[in-house]
Amino acid sequence: MDFIFSLQLLLQATLRMATPLVLAGIGETFSERAGVINIGLEGYMLIGAFAAYTTVFYTDNLFLAILAAVLVTVLFGIAFAYFTITVKANQIIAGAVLNIIGLGISGYLYRILFAQTLKASAVRTFQQIPIPLLKDIPLLGPTLFDQNILVYSTYLLVPLAAIILYKTSLGLVLRATGEHPHAVESLGIRVIHIRYGAVIFAAMLAGIGGAYLSIAYANQFVENMTAGRGFIALAMVAFGQWNPIYVWLAGLLFGSTFGLQLRLQAGQTAIPYQFLQILPYVVTFIALIISHGRSMQPKAMGIPFEKEGN
Amino acid sequence: MEMDKRLQLINISKTFPGGVQANKDVSLDVKRGEIHCLLGENGAGKSTLMSILYGEYHPDSGEIWLNGEKISIPTPKIAIEHGVGMVHQHFMLVPTLSVAENIIMGMKPLASFLWDMKEIEKDIARFAVERGMKINPSALISSLSVGEQQRVEIIKALYRGVDLLILDEPTAVLTPQETHDLFETLHKLAEQDFSIILITHKMNEVMEVADRVSVLRDGRVIGTLPIANVTPAILARMMVGRDVSFNLEKSERAYGEPVLRVQALNLIGDKNRQILKDIALEVCSGEIVGIAGVDGNGQNQLALCITGLMKPTSGHILFDRKEMAGKSPLEFLKTGVGHIPEDRHAMGLVMEDSVADNFMLQRYNDKFFKKLGFLNMTAIMEYAKKLVKFFDVRTNSVKTAAGNLSGGNQQKIIVGREIDRNPKLLVAVQPTRGLDIGATEYIHKQLLQQREKGAALLLISTELEEILALSDRILVMFGGRIVGETSAGRANVDKIGLLMAGMQAEKE
Repeated sequence: MDFIFSLQLLLQATLRMATPLVLAGIGETFSERAGVINIGLEGYMLIGAFAAYTTVFYTDNLFLAILAAVLVTVLFGIAFAYFTITVKANQIIAGAVLNIIGLGISGYLYRILFAQTLKASAVRTFQQIPIPLLKDIPLLGPTLFDQNILVYSTYLLVPLAAIILYKTSLGLVLRATGEHPHAVESLGIRVIHIRYGAVIFAAMLAGIGGAYLSIAYANQFVENMTAGRGFIALAMVAFGQWNPIYVWLAGLLFGSTFGLQLRLQAGQTAIPYQFLQILPYVVTFIALIISHGRSMQPKAMGIPFEKEGN
Repeated sequence: MEMDKRLQLINISKTFPGGVQANKDVSLDVKRGEIHCLLGENGAGKSTLMSILYGEYHPDSGEIWLNGEKISIPTPKIAIEHGVGMVHQHFMLVPTLSVAENIIMGMKPLASFLWDMKEIEKDIARFAVERGMKINPSALISSLSVGEQQRVEIIKALYRGVDLLILDEPTAVLTPQETHDLFETLHKLAEQDFSIILITHKMNEVMEVADRVSVLRDGRVIGTLPIANVTPAILARMMVGRDVSFNLEKSERAYGEPVLRVQALNLIGDKNRQILKDIALEVCSGEIVGIAGVDGNGQNQLALCITGLMKPTSGHILFDRKEMAGKSPLEFLKTGVGHIPEDRHAMGLVMEDSVADNFMLQRYNDKFFKKLGFLNMTAIMEYAKKLVKFFDVRTNSVKTAAGNLSGGNQQKIIVGREIDRNPKLLVAVQPTRGLDIGATEYIHKQLLQQREKGAALLLISTELEEILALSDRILVMFGGRIVGETSAGRANVDKIGLLMAGMQAEKE
């Protein structure tokens, strides 16, 4: 009984920890499928987390907060798209800049608005919405159906993403754009439009993932509270072979390592907690080594699109 | 306008920024059910003209009439809507997607669902068969041969309702057999009233497939003639503007001592794939040995092994009886091995660097070009000017970036550089790929001259004509082995063709 209860807590924590990773990872999957790699997910997430927290702090409205997080990260997404797609800047450098800006701006504004005046305090968060009947299934019920709405949203997002990618005309074009953009352009489809769309979509989801951290998982903003989750999401995309379903499974794996280290810390094992904390990162490391070599990486990923002949 | 004319181009002119006039008052018409060849050397303006027709470029002046209607074609999308399709030289296919996915891409609104892939695949298969082509719509592009991929490109265009199909140098990547199949397909399409424009610089293709031919030179149409009225000699004169000798003058001469001896050479690549198997060959001084074969049967790796750029897994490479296997490329250079590499962009030249710098690639360390440990720029420039003149490289200055020169002139830089070192062995891989008649003729003459001077030449080419014209002996490679040998005198095209296809080797 005690074991079952522990397992249930672990699984619940896994889903909670996986959600921001999955949100950011699915968005990045689309972006990379279209040929744009963004290592700046961390930056988006911090901006999203801060925008959401601030909005709840002043308005006490959670949905407005999500909207704010989306709007602000989409603005950054447009800027990123402009530099990488229109100006054809190096995508890795632009992503690194985004990380630095995200960390800097969110930290700076946080100090100005909250830290100095000690006004910062816990805000309202998304609460669990147990789904009647379903939540009473042993083990799975509390795990899957006693979560907040953002966790639920990933249940819809993941299959929807897979359907769009593999079963629609848009998905077909998206997959082709990351592999052979000139083929796409030669059929009269504008590669640039597809890439803008994918990049902005990725920004939006990463923004929501960030918001989740500050107003669902925690109840406040902390400087650099993403703690590398953006990079883990990036690793998930490669580990999940650019397939939304696998990316989601990879997200659950990484989520479980976060959950496990929390459980182990709470369980007061003899292992120093610092070692437990590195667990997710070690697993990321191992995952990248495993996925290396059998990669389905889009061929044109990271390469700015130049029209031929002009 | 007559009804049987599908397309009429009237006085099309196009000047590029920078002043190069690619097309001058070009007028052309294409009938229904006609295979119309557009023949011309590189830079004659064929591709520009077709890019205008396909909406990729915009003409400065002139009119495009299609089916009796004057139209303008601002983008490829509009071209397709008007029934004009293009099969590019570099395929516009996504290797990771299926045939059917490549074909329908972009045909339906982006928001539409593709639940019915099986139906779509059936429809594409039926569509292809009706037009005399066979294809497996669910196969991945990456699993198809080059010839099959080209077929997908053709179906992709036709499936969009195209009735005027432009093919840009379609045979450059094909085996003789695949070329034959392609021409058969084109004939079938022409019988079904499709019009086909085929861009090429190969006269034998024109003679084989065309109904009419238009020859372009320096951006102008020199003439349009029915195929019955032309001979290769007439076409060559129209293309080049002077008489061209097809029969290279090759003196009979006795070979000297073997310069290169390869014995039991094996190369094992990734995943334990045997790339070269038990290769044995000899090249004597004053001899040209040609290696024929379809691209990808180990010829390139063989050339890389013989020039020291790749290390064989086992076997001997004897150069003047000296073992070279395992030595560095520099040692190969020093022993007198010259190399005209297959891909002049990737291996032969540094495109961003000047002509002079490209001449220096192997010789920067020669005493002659150094002064107090620094490069002696005066000596280098003078040397470069001398070579440019001697090898007839057309460039404004030796400081021009190699990438700004035409393909023929780029190749002349490489050939000049290698020949000027007086190599004892010259390994020439696809030395005239993509070059026009004039440049090809020139390079061939240079190679023969090396033979006269007593160099040993190993010529690797997928162009059978080239092998036949130059070689003293011909070896055929298939599947990493040498599967046959014939002397040039007895050279029998059919026999070589069969060997190239692996007919007498163990597998199909």
